[in-house]
Amino acid sequence: MINQWLVNCLSWGMGCLLLVLANLSQAGTFEIVEYEQALIKAKFDQKAQIMASWYEADQAQAVHLMQLMLDSQLYYLKQDKRLYQVEDASSGAIAQRIHDGGLITLKKKRDVKRVSINNRLRSVFRQRVTETQLSAAKPQDRLAAAESIIGDTTPELMATIARLRLGETDASVLAAFDLVLAVATLHSSNEDQQRQSIRLLGESLHPASLNALNGFLLTYPQSPLIPMVGKYVEQINGKVDFYGSLETIYFGLSLGSVLVLAGIGLAITFGVMGVINMAHGELIMIGAYTTYLIQQLMPNHIGLSLLVAVPAAFLVSGAVGILIERGVIRFLYGRPLETLLATFGISLILQQAVRSIFSPLNRSVETPLWMTGVIDINPLLSLTQSRMYIIVFCLTIFLLLLAVMKRTRLGLQVRAVSQNRDMAKSMGVRSEWIDALTFGLGSGVAGVAGVALSQLTNVGPNMGQAYIIDSFMVVVFGGVGNLWGTLVAGLSLGVANKILEPWAGAVLSKVLVLIFIILFIQKRPRGLFPQRGRDAKG
Amino acid sequence: MMRLLNNDVGGRWLIGSLLLAIVLIPVLNSLPASSSLYFPTYSVTLLGKYLTLALLALSVDLVWGYLGILTLGHAAFFALGAYAMGMYLMRQIGDRGVYANAELSDFMVFLDWQELPWFWQGFDQFWVAILMVMLVPAVLAFGFGYLAFRSRVSGVYLSIITQAMTYALMLAFYRNEMGLGGNNGLTDFKDILGYSLQSDHTKMALFIASAVALIIGYLLCRFITTSRAGKVVVAIRDAEERTRFMGYRVENIKLWVFVFSAMLAGVAGALYVPQVGIINPNEFSPLNSIEVLVWVAVGGRATLYGAAMGAILINYAKSYLTVELPEVWLFVLGGLFVFVTLVLPQGVAGLLKRKGTE
Repeated sequence: MINQWLVNCLSWGMGCLLLVLANLSQAGTFEIVEYEQALIKAKFDQKAQIMASWYEADQAQAVHLMQLMLDSQLYYLKQDKRLYQVEDASSGAIAQRIHDGGLITLKKKRDVKRVSINNRLRSVFRQRVTETQLSAAKPQDRLAAAESIIGDTTPELMATIARLRLGETDASVLAAFDLVLAVATLHSSNEDQQRQSIRLLGESLHPASLNALNGFLLTYPQSPLIPMVGKYVEQINGKVDFYGSLETIYFGLSLGSVLVLAGIGLAITFGVMGVINMAHGELIMIGAYTTYLIQQLMPNHIGLSLLVAVPAAFLVSGAVGILIERGVIRFLYGRPLETLLATFGISLILQQAVRSIFSPLNRSVETPLWMTGVIDINPLLSLTQSRMYIIVFCLTIFLLLLAVMKRTRLGLQVRAVSQNRDMAKSMGVRSEWIDALTFGLGSGVAGVAGVALSQLTNVGPNMGQAYIIDSFMVVVFGGVGNLWGTLVAGLSLGVANKILEPWAGAVLSKVLVLIFIILFIQKRPRGLFPQRGRDAKG
Repeated sequence: MMRLLNNDVGGRWLIGSLLLAIVLIPVLNSLPASSSLYFPTYSVTLLGKYLTLALLALSVDLVWGYLGILTLGHAAFFALGAYAMGMYLMRQIGDRGVYANAELSDFMVFLDWQELPWFWQGFDQFWVAILMVMLVPAVLAFGFGYLAFRSRVSGVYLSIITQAMTYALMLAFYRNEMGLGGNNGLTDFKDILGYSLQSDHTKMALFIASAVALIIGYLLCRFITTSRAGKVVVAIRDAEERTRFMGYRVENIKLWVFVFSAMLAGVAGALYVPQVGIINPNEFSPLNSIEVLVWVAVGGRATLYGAAMGAILINYAKSYLTVELPEVWLFVLGGLFVFVTLVLPQGVAGLLKRKGTE
């Protein structure tokens, strides 16, 4: 490599510089200060030699400096003739010394002067920097470097990539190299090569290949390959649409899962018991605050605290629920509208209680690391992990609840009481006890929903209010007293919301969904899956 | 008129005290400020505000107390009436806004609109605004009620969809594209019918207008509930199926009462806006609708005067407590909900009635 540089150098006839370089290497120690002085004094055509020599001496440092020069961020202080990184040279700006990382504040804009480069140097440096990055140790660094130069290559770079390609072992990096080469050969004069790269690009889902093919359509309208390119573009567009709608459905399902989580507790208290619990949102809030408190107790185990919070929130919210049932609701059975008012009063009291205890400000609950991140399916589709967890969590809770209602003695008794209280009583079911437990169960599930929601939104005294209307909509839409109905309703409302969102906006799509539900209730007043049977009022 | 107030001790008291207030308060207000009997103007406006809320409570009582529909969305009709009046007041600002645009309101200039949206046309005329104050809530109530009553949505379901209605409206009004001021709503009003809203006389006139509106509204409600149709209304509340089988068109009766109630709420909103000086989408919030229910419940359902009384009492308590003990207000309001439903299902009016019969 150095030979090539030397040849260049000779052709420019910069003998004096060679002398400097010779001195530097003779000294054996790579005194950074000498390079710095040389770079500051050097003319444009000398800078390439200095950097080449520096590259030999300290590769990382030199690449860093070249990148800084490319970004116009390398300056030197006139006072001490040392190099500094300055993002925006103005009075008061921070400058970072290159050789030891020390920070200083600039007094005047003119204290520093940029180490300027011309277009020739720019391409030389870019070649050098990219080459280094392309042969970085970590595959993801190589991948990023390859992706950054798609459609922006020089013949030298092409040669480098072709060479590196032979030694490359990582499949995704290899694919990226191929992509870079294919995009470049798209503009070659050889039709066979062009056809080959079109075929490669047509199979790739990378956004850059679609861009390149579209660019081809515009640049070579006369080319005989146009029909082929057109076919591939159409194909890729079809795939983009397909994966786009998959993503919308995924977003919709995760939003729907939130709705189901918020509503499923209500499906028990409202659906099975017929109690209109306006304090349902506040039970969710209590669950979220429980999560917050547990996180405060074990600040070093965020992930574990979340697992602890699930049963804890269930117990706390469930206990509050039983308290509400024993204290107020049991006096109001058979008067649903009065229950609505009383529980609304309770919701106000709970809100204010939380506001008085925890302050009206929102509390932040931390998300454990294993919940963040993205699953890349292909370049067009990547799924956020947190949404995945919400969907899984929602389904788990749903199945557990279903199992409790269908497979346990408690569930049997709950269904018995809700279908025919007197008959159940005469069979020896303690109906009052069952009422309290059912309400506790529904409230506890609301608390568990609160744990999940604490990961998604702010935890504050008003958070319950945001969910109460949605929860009722889900339960009513799905059909009261039907857990499956709640699941289907929640997920489909979520998906519908996300489908409407792109062309109606977030707020308007919500309004449209509400209007849809209002109209739907007119047609089917008992929801999607109405309860059937002798006792179902109709 | 006296026929209407037969057997209605509470109503006579209410109307009597309203008439007394109309005469007495202007006199007390004109006393010198040093006098111990002086009634300050801000209290006049505050009282006027309570009276408009009492009118709203009246409209809710008609629907809830007599018709048996627990409406969780009456604030929507109130806010629509209020917006209609607010639009008139906005047009009256003319070129005195910040941007001094004679044709467009400040928020429209801010959104870079070029001309007045079609639904703002005509709102510079007072009579158009008054018409819309009643027409817009009536049309919404008609459309909503027509669908809901015809398909026999009732009970809890009806309550929940009324809530969905007001919630949807709130979300819609928050949008700037709605053309009604978005988040900030309509405010910075200058004058009404040419009189400055800042002057004491205008404030007094608005107070008197509110009191008169409450009296008229009360008598109309009373007229409806004591009429033959009113008996059918109560019959529908107590046994809807049976009334239907007796040959009454239950849907139609429900619909007309609902529409009338919505118009009453709209008028209340229209009188409310000039006295508080602002209307924003928050008035649509479901919480507001539910708060009205507690006024009615505390005062006493199906008594009309109880609803008005409850509205005035609780709003007075709210004004007092939110200033003096802001922490306590929601505890009190929440506690009232629970207490009244558990212990006092007939409200204060029921308590008074029981005293009277003893």
